[in-house]
Amino acid sequence: MLALIFLRQPRAASYFGLTLLLNFSLPLVFAALSQLCVIALGDIDLGIGPFVSLVNCIAATLLATTPALGWAALALCVLAYAGMGALIHLRQLPAIVVTLGASFVWLGLALLLLPSPGGAAPDWLQAATGWRPPVVPLPVLLAIVAAVVGEWLLMRTSYGAVLRGLGGNQRAIERAGWSPLAGRAIMYGVAGALGVLAGLATTGLNTTGDANVGGQYTLESIAAVIVGGGEFFGGIVSPAGAVIGALIMLLTGSLLSFVEISSDWQLSAQGGILILVLALRAFGRRPAA
Amino acid sequence: MPDAALIDLAGVSKRFGAVQALDGADLLVAPGSRVSVVGHNGAGKSTLMQILAGTLAADAGRIAIGGQTLEGHYGVRRAHALGIRCVFQELSLCPNLAVFENARVMHHALQGPGWRGRARRLIVAALDEIFPGHGIDPDRAVGELPLGQRQMVETARAFTVTDEPVRLVILDEPTSALDATAAEQLMRFIGVARERGISTLFISHRLAEVLTHMDELVVMRDGRMVGGGAAATFSEARLVEMMGVVEEKEVGPDAGPRAASASAAMRVQDSVGGAGSEFVARAGEVVGLAGLAGHGQRDLLLRVFAAAGHRAGRHAATRVAGSVAYVSGDRQAEGVFPLWSVAANTTIGLLRGIARFGVIDLGREQAAARRWREQLGIRTPDVGMPITGLSGGNQQKVLVARAFAAGADIILFDDPLRGVDIGTKRELYASVRRAAEQEGRCFLWYTTENGELSHCDRVYVFYQGRISDVIEGAELTEERVIRASFQEGAAAVA
Repeated sequence: MLALIFLRQPRAASYFGLTLLLNFSLPLVFAALSQLCVIALGDIDLGIGPFVSLVNCIAATLLATTPALGWAALALCVLAYAGMGALIHLRQLPAIVVTLGASFVWLGLALLLLPSPGGAAPDWLQAATGWRPPVVPLPVLLAIVAAVVGEWLLMRTSYGAVLRGLGGNQRAIERAGWSPLAGRAIMYGVAGALGVLAGLATTGLNTTGDANVGGQYTLESIAAVIVGGGEFFGGIVSPAGAVIGALIMLLTGSLLSFVEISSDWQLSAQGGILILVLALRAFGRRPAA
Repeated sequence: MPDAALIDLAGVSKRFGAVQALDGADLLVAPGSRVSVVGHNGAGKSTLMQILAGTLAADAGRIAIGGQTLEGHYGVRRAHALGIRCVFQELSLCPNLAVFENARVMHHALQGPGWRGRARRLIVAALDEIFPGHGIDPDRAVGELPLGQRQMVETARAFTVTDEPVRLVILDEPTSALDATAAEQLMRFIGVARERGISTLFISHRLAEVLTHMDELVVMRDGRMVGGGAAATFSEARLVEMMGVVEEKEVGPDAGPRAASASAAMRVQDSVGGAGSEFVARAGEVVGLAGLAGHGQRDLLLRVFAAAGHRAGRHAATRVAGSVAYVSGDRQAEGVFPLWSVAANTTIGLLRGIARFGVIDLGREQAAARRWREQLGIRTPDVGMPITGLSGGNQQKVLVARAFAAGADIILFDDPLRGVDIGTKRELYASVRRAAEQEGRCFLWYTTENGELSHCDRVYVFYQGRISDVIEGAELTEERVIRASFQEGAAAVA
């Protein structure tokens, strides 16, 4: 896709061009990794979009004016996510319903803070997202770092194996003496932390707060995880794949504008890509023995 | 001074609702011995193993491991720390994780830098020792392995050691999914493990295997031990005798009316098991399917069901003449519509008879439901009340009524009377008898309770997917059924 874009607009194939193209992938990459944590357990998070909006609003108001309160609020957000995970396990609730309900809570809180777009991002945040590292554009660099760290944490550490096992066969994990409650709470907590990073990135890039900014992140993050090789059930996920999936979802939009197709088709195109990927995967799937 | 017994269970009891799974079970296992627990379905073997492994809590009884009585909470981690491992029949592996990652899951000590290499070496060493030539790649996801290899991985994993020594490994039907070579390797290794002081507790239905390789046997029946001792003192025949149920069997059906049925219409013919394993059922007959659970009885019922309706899953070797209805024993999952009334549940199979122009006539629905309520004696004052308000036995009667109401020629019973009270059972037996004699319906009755077989005209006993014995009603004895349940090729001598 990058090749196609560069063909149409040679100037995009530059440091500056790539930065512009991929800048807005930053929040989506983090959102996708957050969704990956939840999907790895066999659940789905329908509230990540509004959660990112909430973090965005907190960052644009509290964090700029009273940082201590702002950081405390963000810490509470992460704890709330972990609490959600614990609740889902303790009461055996379907995650899809709990996260959907939570999405309204996040949105409500965001609107309470900022009924209409406004606020201002803290200077340090704007500087951070505007930073130009040498050679490699910031979004590319961060995407690589996120992919590497995600892969290492989930796929290569010993506890990461246990967490993935939780999504594969919870009974087996329980029988081996691990606590599914702790596992779920931890994974959801990590998902919350990644959601906070996504919200901070959005704030830095947009420089203002908007309670509706995260609208499309929910479905796009799910699509990114699935396109990147993850599956809804069974604990089969790929952190690096999710990062690439996020980039792909973003690039389809850019590609369409470069090929001068109206943005009305963007959503359809993204949906079409998702269906294509899943269909191809179904054909190429190795049958379970 | 004799060694302290490794495992000493005394008076262990466990109840699940109305079912007394264990009723004062005792067990003694010495260190470095191979013990096998044998018994028929429902004798309590699996429950006892689960309690020993820490996945279930006993209601009563004393558990002593290594000479020390256990106090306080006893769970899987404590069992592990005490050296007890268990390989369950439904595997405890995560299909999305690699073989070596599954090894890590069992061992909390496998962490920190280099854990992957250590885990790989650990599981490969165990696999090489127990199943030489296994050909399993430790990096492959378990879900991609065939069942036999998964069983090998789980069994080998149970014998791996990191920081907690292994003293007892409980194996629940470990050879059922293994091919002959792997099974032989496992039995040989259990002997090697014995030399190292590791005891094995082995549950198996393969009596020949057990008698050859075990040191000691324990026979269980109805939740308690009924005998045991050195394996050398037992024979298959004696084991079979000890495993049977004590109750008086009811008298079989009269020989008179049955003789006439030889000329009745053929309803079912199935020869999937091959020549010499033919299943035949005629109109007006009650044919029983017996044997241990999961040996092909349910498959036969499903084949007949598929063949009658020309559905997917039908087999060329199965021929059926007539309509068929299926009564499930798993009423929660497959039978009852819990949100519906008794009337709706009864008449769902009968919709064409009570509908006019595609709209159900409620009056006719109620009338039909009431008629069947009388016929089968379903205890409910009002057929319009939700079915979940009925007792389990009565719910089961509704399911049987549904099959009758649908007007089927062949009725398939998939162990429907499990967990039903004795009064309801007697009434249903009578209804079945009546339906067979007066209406000429044919019944294929799979039951795990051998006492029920006395209501059948003929019994086919299944073993490993084939028919191992055909017993006419007059010759039916519990012992013959049990013997056929455990081996192929019926003994010529009764």
